[in-house]
Amino acid sequence: MEFDFADEQPKLLMLMYGLVAFVLVVGGLLLLLDVVPAWFARRREAQLVAASTGGAPLPRRPRQREGLFALFFLLPTLLLLTVGLIVPAIRTLLLSLMNGSSTEWVGLRNYGFLFSDDAMLRVLINTLVWVLLVPLVATGFGLIYAVLVDKARFEAVAKSLIFLPMAISFVGASIIWKFVYAYRGEGDQIGLLNQIVVSLGGEPKQWLLESPLNTLLLIVIMVWIQAGFAMVVLSAAIKAIPGDIVEAARLDGVSPWQMFWQITMPSIRPALIVVMVTLTIATLKVFDIVRTSTNGNYDTSVIASEMYNQAFRYGQNGQGSALAVLLFILVIPVVIYQIRNLRQQREG
Amino acid sequence: MTTATPTVAAGTQKTDGTPSTTAGRVRKRLNSRTATLVSIVIAVVWTIPTFGLLVSSLRPEDEIKTTGWWTAFTNPQFTFENYEQVLFGRSASSGQLAGSFINSLAITIPSVLFPLAFACLAAYALAWINFRGRDWVYIAIFALQIVPLQMALVPLLKFFSTGVTLGGVTVMPAWDLVDEQKFAQVWFAHTCFALPFAVFLLHNFISQLPGDLMEAARVDGATHPKIFRTIVLPLITPALAAFAIFQFLWVWNDLLVALIFAGGTDETAPLTVRLAEMAGTRGNEWQRLTAGAFVSIVVPLIVFLSLQRFFVRGLLAGSVKG
Repeated sequence: MEFDFADEQPKLLMLMYGLVAFVLVVGGLLLLLDVVPAWFARRREAQLVAASTGGAPLPRRPRQREGLFALFFLLPTLLLLTVGLIVPAIRTLLLSLMNGSSTEWVGLRNYGFLFSDDAMLRVLINTLVWVLLVPLVATGFGLIYAVLVDKARFEAVAKSLIFLPMAISFVGASIIWKFVYAYRGEGDQIGLLNQIVVSLGGEPKQWLLESPLNTLLLIVIMVWIQAGFAMVVLSAAIKAIPGDIVEAARLDGVSPWQMFWQITMPSIRPALIVVMVTLTIATLKVFDIVRTSTNGNYDTSVIASEMYNQAFRYGQNGQGSALAVLLFILVIPVVIYQIRNLRQQREG
Repeated sequence: MTTATPTVAAGTQKTDGTPSTTAGRVRKRLNSRTATLVSIVIAVVWTIPTFGLLVSSLRPEDEIKTTGWWTAFTNPQFTFENYEQVLFGRSASSGQLAGSFINSLAITIPSVLFPLAFACLAAYALAWINFRGRDWVYIAIFALQIVPLQMALVPLLKFFSTGVTLGGVTVMPAWDLVDEQKFAQVWFAHTCFALPFAVFLLHNFISQLPGDLMEAARVDGATHPKIFRTIVLPLITPALAAFAIFQFLWVWNDLLVALIFAGGTDETAPLTVRLAEMAGTRGNEWQRLTAGAFVSIVVPLIVFLSLQRFFVRGLLAGSVKG
């Protein structure tokens, strides 16, 4: 009945292989880059010596080998990106135009399915709710907290506590919150939320089964994780506001409220946009929370979790790929917005 | 940082014509007191769910299932039984998380090292080697950041299982991996998916190194590999640490990639996959779920708390500088 360490040895051996491969590949590449130029240099020296003693024609100046160096430095990255990302992405694009088992072309039928099927429309609406709420609430909370804590004692500790969920996996966070939402039909409640409801005189509920409330409760998990990120970035931005601006405003006698809206907000606008954009993209791709909490049941599915179910559980490669492409298409405008903002910032 | 706003309150008082600076001072102190109090209350509320999980994981099974964890303070009964069960128990229902823990380690370590090394080399080339089309390569890699990894999952899995044939010629045979060999697939996938961001982040740091330094080394006859090893690497250690922590947390906490490429069997499943499965099939076995969740949380928590400085620096460099 005891845990047997011997069973684990093949895995550790595999880890060893991985590390050896790492040393060989990276070490080999560096060695190659060291040895080859040295060899070229030696050959050229020999040619020069031969030329000066034997009157042989002087060798031509060596061509610029910068490009060759760059190629070797970039080789692993370019190779892996091509094989692991670019080619698969193009293939996904093609698969989204084919049927479930990828045997014949069906045109845009998979996309038609996404926008006509009732269950799919539910998925799209859920995703929209996620994308609207998470960035807004998390950023808003992060901002308020960053301002609040900016003049508080114990600032470092308080910030760490908010930031801590960032280190917890979405799976771990989902279990933590599932426990908060836990329900018992009779006797004492073991979930904190139901306990609070009961002590306020309400009836305990199976929170995760009640649509559309369950989607909101899952969103709480995401906000709980991401608010720390928003807070840290915005707090750094607030601290970076030049002291003389604050000083000048203070001499003009502005109220804290005016200070916030007229000094703080404009100064941290770039950071604010970056946080919102980052959170929007992360929210679009949210998968783990839905998968762990409800597995996409009870009307909680979102694009990323539905994509997994379609492609890897139901074997519907076409519809799964179409969902992936949709995800990609939705990310693009967000990124364009950010790039435009960055450019304005640099020019301004 | 006790700056601006409290003193502003005092300032407004003066313009109001109230002479009593004591009142101003009292108000200022009250203001910052309230702020401190509110921020501490919020921080505590934020921590309660995690704290409840920790307390529960130490309670006996019967207690967890029948009473709330908050009653543990009036009726303290604690045990490590849950952890023993969930880590080392041999019955199918217990979790066997010790094995998954090793899987998580075996998956994470190479998945951090490979992209770190490759991205470092690429970022150096893009920042300091002059070659034609450099900007285009950089823009292409930068742009790849926005491709969601969902776009690559289906074809990449097929690539591993059936290999590549171009016009009837096998360019690359199927990998045909079994059991623990499937880790290699996960390493490969994580490395590919991490590279665009890694190159971007490290390029931010490497391109800001002083150009004079490189120039001087070039004049002394140092080749690019030499400059890279002796000058660049030591200088960007903080950046390397920042990315390593990022990638470590990302891979350790990842569910999707492991779910697809580790094969999903208990043999190779990392903690996240195992836990997600337990939450689905044994959703009421709270004695196992709470202890299991804490086992999966503890390593990233330690890494995070001890290296928070690097992490925050990386976060700010990655997100704000753009």
